[in-house]
Amino acid sequence: MSTLSELTARLATGAVQVVDLTHTLDPDFPVIVLPPEFGQCAPFRIEEISAYDHRGPAWKWNNISMGEHTGTHFDAPSHWISGRDVPNGAVDEIDPAMLVGPVVVIDCSEGTAGNDDFELTPQIILDWEARHGLIPAGSWVLMRTDWSKRSGAAYLNMKDDGPHSPGPTPEAIRLLVHEREIRGFGTECIGTDAGQGAHYTPPYPAHFTLHGAGRYGLQCLRNLDLLPPTGAVLIAPPLKIKGGTGSPLRVLALVEN
Amino acid sequence: MTEPLKSPPKKNPQLRTSAPTLPPTMRSRAAMGLTAAAAEGRFMLQVCADCGTVLYPARDACSRCLSTDLHWQEVSPKGRLLAETTVRTSTNLYFRERAPWRTGTVQLDVGPVIICHVHGDVERNGRVVLWNRLDRAGQGVLIAMPEQPTPNMEDDPQLRAMTSDPKHRRVLIADARSENAAAIARALKKAGAGQVFIGEAEAWRPNPMRAVLEDIPGVQILPLDVTDTRSVAELAGEIGGKVDILINNARFLRPGGALSRGDTVFAQQEMEVNYLGLMRLAQAFGPGMCARTADGVNSAVAWVNILSAHALVSLPELGGFSASQAAALSLSQSLRAEFRASGLRVMNVFIGPTEDDWHQPLPPPKVPPEALARDLVAGLQAGLEDVYCGDVARDLIERFRAGAKVLEREMTTGQG
Repeated sequence: MSTLSELTARLATGAVQVVDLTHTLDPDFPVIVLPPEFGQCAPFRIEEISAYDHRGPAWKWNNISMGEHTGTHFDAPSHWISGRDVPNGAVDEIDPAMLVGPVVVIDCSEGTAGNDDFELTPQIILDWEARHGLIPAGSWVLMRTDWSKRSGAAYLNMKDDGPHSPGPTPEAIRLLVHEREIRGFGTECIGTDAGQGAHYTPPYPAHFTLHGAGRYGLQCLRNLDLLPPTGAVLIAPPLKIKGGTGSPLRVLALVEN
Repeated sequence: MTEPLKSPPKKNPQLRTSAPTLPPTMRSRAAMGLTAAAAEGRFMLQVCADCGTVLYPARDACSRCLSTDLHWQEVSPKGRLLAETTVRTSTNLYFRERAPWRTGTVQLDVGPVIICHVHGDVERNGRVVLWNRLDRAGQGVLIAMPEQPTPNMEDDPQLRAMTSDPKHRRVLIADARSENAAAIARALKKAGAGQVFIGEAEAWRPNPMRAVLEDIPGVQILPLDVTDTRSVAELAGEIGGKVDILINNARFLRPGGALSRGDTVFAQQEMEVNYLGLMRLAQAFGPGMCARTADGVNSAVAWVNILSAHALVSLPELGGFSASQAAALSLSQSLRAEFRASGLRVMNVFIGPTEDDWHQPLPPPKVPPEALARDLVAGLQAGLEDVYCGDVARDLIERFRAGAKVLEREMTTGQG
């Protein structure tokens, strides 16, 4: 039996499960909020073209619109100024082999339960590795915070001094990118960076470091509590948008029971 | 005195809602001048430039000297009731349904004798002041009012049939995030409005106005995003049958014209909110409101748009925004035609720069929310179609009428 036929057989029996890590594209799903004089990410919108009616008797379809960074979405290197000159930095240029790969999950849900500004530090990563082994090069690293279980105002958690949500410190993301050589970093929040990430040096360290090194980001993920710390496979292919800096996408994980 | 209007009982769900009917609509082109004046609440009659005769009804040539040099001018509306009668039945459906209906003959101090509607509080042979109002067909008609205000005079059924009075009516204000939402809600409640619903977009984002709105008794905040077709349809499905007045105060504004921006992102948002938002609201709420224009004391009565006066002529510093306002103005004219058969009135409130974040770098005078709210409610009470609120808007419409090209030249050379 070939590897793939064995995989499909195990998928059929449920020995390998497919977990959906994607939020539904919904007009009410929060998008990042920037100071109002800046351009803003368009929220998801859907307009009916016809619904078996005078506009088209036998068919129903919709026009949809959104930003590249709306809903559960992928960040390509060209999203950030540090990654603007990275080769193959746009979503249409990325090697498709990079879109399927191993994933590890660092569970920070205990810390984030009591601290909206919880930081993923190098020590937390080293402690995790002490239990689960070194993070393999080329892995996706997902930060589990259970933030996806929040909704409405609690999700963006916007205050007068900006949003408050967990994320990695500059040192932690440098450890992952430069020393562990990860493929990308994913979160359940609206960005790969903490809500208050603008106040680190460099500002938005996850965006700056990941994309500067040609790595990827995933955000607004969910169901990370259904993934094992190691051993799952992540399937995360963004739409093939010419020169696109990111894209909403369906993120799936294969998990062995 | 007029019997005060009582808050209507809850609707009997077993009865058919009365279908709208209209008073006669035919007018000569000359007579449209009365309608144009009524749209702004002005009392104007034709005056002969050659012999000075004040003319009524409107005509193409002076009845005294045959001059065709006739101009609509503001003249004294005062006079005396000569004769009156009460019509108890009519072959016209609209008046048949509303009988008895008081009419009479008024001798104006400036000359003409006019057959007009007569308010219930006018005494026989009494002094009167004529009001020029739009009837439900949207045509200018004259109603003789007592010279001195009487108690509850606004509740006279004949007068109320011509106005958009918010008393006992339920209102939807589209945008709870607008600086003017609270002032409008307060002014409506003060004018006796029933429930005031206020739409709030993006509940996942803090709304600093929310606490202020929640403090106003009778106000309910409901989810509504005019850029989201499903959100608009959903709210219309829930409360569309009890919106008697809809006030579209949703607005997106960013500085800049075409070249200073260099992209179409803000322009798209301006069109999404200011133009398509209006269209979405009209498509979702319009049909229900049009069906309820004869639904008793709290019948659907008016659709209100708050527009920048720069819908008339572009302010290049806000060039993209001005274009979206021009689009909304054009759509509001289309809505007037589409609502016409129902008698639902479209009232546009034109404003100049307002007291808000996006007009902060512009010099005064700016329209504070309270002034906008006051003029908006007064416009409803007078049943107007066009309200010019604040010095800038009034100045712009005057200059627009004097010469649109001259005004355009002034605005585009920085002399606005």
